[in-house]
Amino acid sequence: MRYAWLPVAGLILSAQAHAYTAYVSNERGNTVTVIDTDKMAVIKTIKVGQRPRGIELTKDDKYCLVAVGDDDTVQMIDTATGEVTANLPSGPDPELFTLSPDGKVLYIANENDNTVTMVDIEKRTALGEVQVGVEPEGMGISPDGKILVNTSETTNMAHFIDTASKKIVANVLVDSRPRFAAFKSDTSELWVSSEVGGTVSVIDPVKHVVTKRITFAIPGLRSESIQPVGINITKDGKTGFVALGPANRVAVIDGTTHEVKKYLLVGQRVWHMAFTPDEKYLLTTNGISNDVSVIDVAALKVVKSIQVGELPWGVTITKH
Amino acid sequence: MTGNAGAPQIGMTSLIRCPALTLVFLLGFTAVSVAADGLDVKIGYLRRPKHLETISLVQMPAPDDGLAGAQMAADDDDTTGKFLNQRFSLVDVHLKDGDDPAAAVQKLAAQGIKLVVTDLPADALLKAADAGKAGGMLFFNAAAVADRLRQEDCRANIVHTAPSRAMLADGLGQYLIWKKWPRWLLVTGSHQRDKLFADAIKRSAKRFGAKIVQEREFKDTGGARRTDSGVAQIQTQIPVFTQEAPAYDVLVAADESEVFAQYLPYRTWDARPVAGSAGLVPTSWDAANGLWGGIQMQSRFTRTFKRLMTALDMQAWTAVRMIGEAVQRTNSDDPKTMLNFMTGPQMNLGAYKGQKLTVRDWDLQLRQPILLTDGRTIVSVSPQEGFLNQYSELDTLGYDRPATKCRLQ
Repeated sequence: MRYAWLPVAGLILSAQAHAYTAYVSNERGNTVTVIDTDKMAVIKTIKVGQRPRGIELTKDDKYCLVAVGDDDTVQMIDTATGEVTANLPSGPDPELFTLSPDGKVLYIANENDNTVTMVDIEKRTALGEVQVGVEPEGMGISPDGKILVNTSETTNMAHFIDTASKKIVANVLVDSRPRFAAFKSDTSELWVSSEVGGTVSVIDPVKHVVTKRITFAIPGLRSESIQPVGINITKDGKTGFVALGPANRVAVIDGTTHEVKKYLLVGQRVWHMAFTPDEKYLLTTNGISNDVSVIDVAALKVVKSIQVGELPWGVTITKH
Repeated sequence: MTGNAGAPQIGMTSLIRCPALTLVFLLGFTAVSVAADGLDVKIGYLRRPKHLETISLVQMPAPDDGLAGAQMAADDDDTTGKFLNQRFSLVDVHLKDGDDPAAAVQKLAAQGIKLVVTDLPADALLKAADAGKAGGMLFFNAAAVADRLRQEDCRANIVHTAPSRAMLADGLGQYLIWKKWPRWLLVTGSHQRDKLFADAIKRSAKRFGAKIVQEREFKDTGGARRTDSGVAQIQTQIPVFTQEAPAYDVLVAADESEVFAQYLPYRTWDARPVAGSAGLVPTSWDAANGLWGGIQMQSRFTRTFKRLMTALDMQAWTAVRMIGEAVQRTNSDDPKTMLNFMTGPQMNLGAYKGQKLTVRDWDLQLRQPILLTDGRTIVSVSPQEGFLNQYSELDTLGYDRPATKCRLQ
């Protein structure tokens, strides 16, 4: 009886565990590591330009876009062939970028130029640019695509940009060196991480005010080593994950109360994260230990680490 | 100072480079409440007549060494300021030989300036700060390394963004110990400042368990730093000078006066590395530093000023950024309010050092890591692993609270 059941169970499992693909940019290795999230194993390594950091897939998963800062471009990797097929006019030194929800426009932060560049992906042409604060970095887009938020590291602000008029409509002062911005899926909150300040600011996107400052305290660690960067919030808005850099931990935050529920020990110098589309797993890039940690989102446990290239930085996962 | 000839040259540096952009920024301003008329923050930059010539041609200080860093920071402050209806600008006061720094401070005070960044040696800085005390002026020491400014001669109106000699020596000392090079041959110049740096090195040796196997003095006999006859003599002088030393691991040179240290590497009698004023040098900043986003700072600086960024530039940049940060967080340009902010827990300055920078409340010294550079790359950054402190590891560099002789007033 027991034996008879096994193949059936196996079938169900493989049907549930959809094989998504994760792409990890390796800042020093000048490569992108491709991971099968079903097997949680590396299946390919793609050579890209110099200093790859920000990485995103197009909405149809056909291309993986990676910002190669030292080559002043965003490269398009054809996900079917694993080849770099085009370079986008990104403006100088692109670091992080985000896609409009319709997948048509790419918004890129140009760190060296104090600008945000907008690029039409299909036509592969620049649509315009917006002047922001000093050293723009983090990029977040509202789920309706109307508001783009850029954080500037030395100006210490979140700039709210109207994507239609390409004008700044509000600026919110946050703690030192803001690096990442993420909206909740219902647009009720914007979270901004401050790497040097060691905090996450929760911002009301309508009133443009900071409503809560999330702070972190880990026994045995000095506050200087807690440096929040990447933020990922579950679709239901109930749980937020914040990568704490050299603290080697990911903080788990209650999305409603904004209290820290738990710290998960991951690899060294954790930068960015990505959910599998079913939100079962969260992958983190660990810059110094050259690996990716896999967090079981329901259990809030680190279940695996995967060796990748040199100094992994960004990660993105297919939706289909 | 009243005569024209002796008057310092005062120039206003306008930092708003693109009026059209400013308009966009101002339209964008809605989120943070500030006074309707905003703040116009003028910062004095008081600098010495001339920097010391260096032995190395490539290290010769540019005419705007330090000032350029301050300008970059005022520019950065101003970019944020545009969103907050705050304007930042510098008033550059370049002293001439024989000028009285106190008179220059009074002149700045007469223009309503209360914040002054200084590139002055210790004595001149004390004169300036004491002259500004009655008017409630706040000074930022971007240049003077003298430990006494953080110890017995400390002032409640001087914040130090320059590291002290003790911090520099400790940063180097920790690395030499980590490297297991505990036997130091100390070579000291004959000027007062060289001896003070040697004192700091000896203090580090004692703190971290190194042994100074011998101390030698290199006398400054005068003469030009560069000659047409070139290096022929030096090539024979240095080996002779360094021979017959007791067994040592590293030669540590104390030569702030730029008389001999640069001649030591590759010319010592024994095949030994050189550190201190040449070879492996402790510093707050180096143009080779690309760590922690530093590459952005370097490229911004090089693009703007067409030269590399020095430690003095960084120390001045940090001072003016601290001012900007304090004004922006407190929405006040009152020096007292600003100083309270700077010494408090809210202060978390990002300065490309991999961690937030804060101020020691016992002597107003900015805590900061010390870079160790060979002039081409960053070899290491102190504090080194294992040098612990119950409050902040950065306090393993320089005079910690229990060792302070400073009574702020």
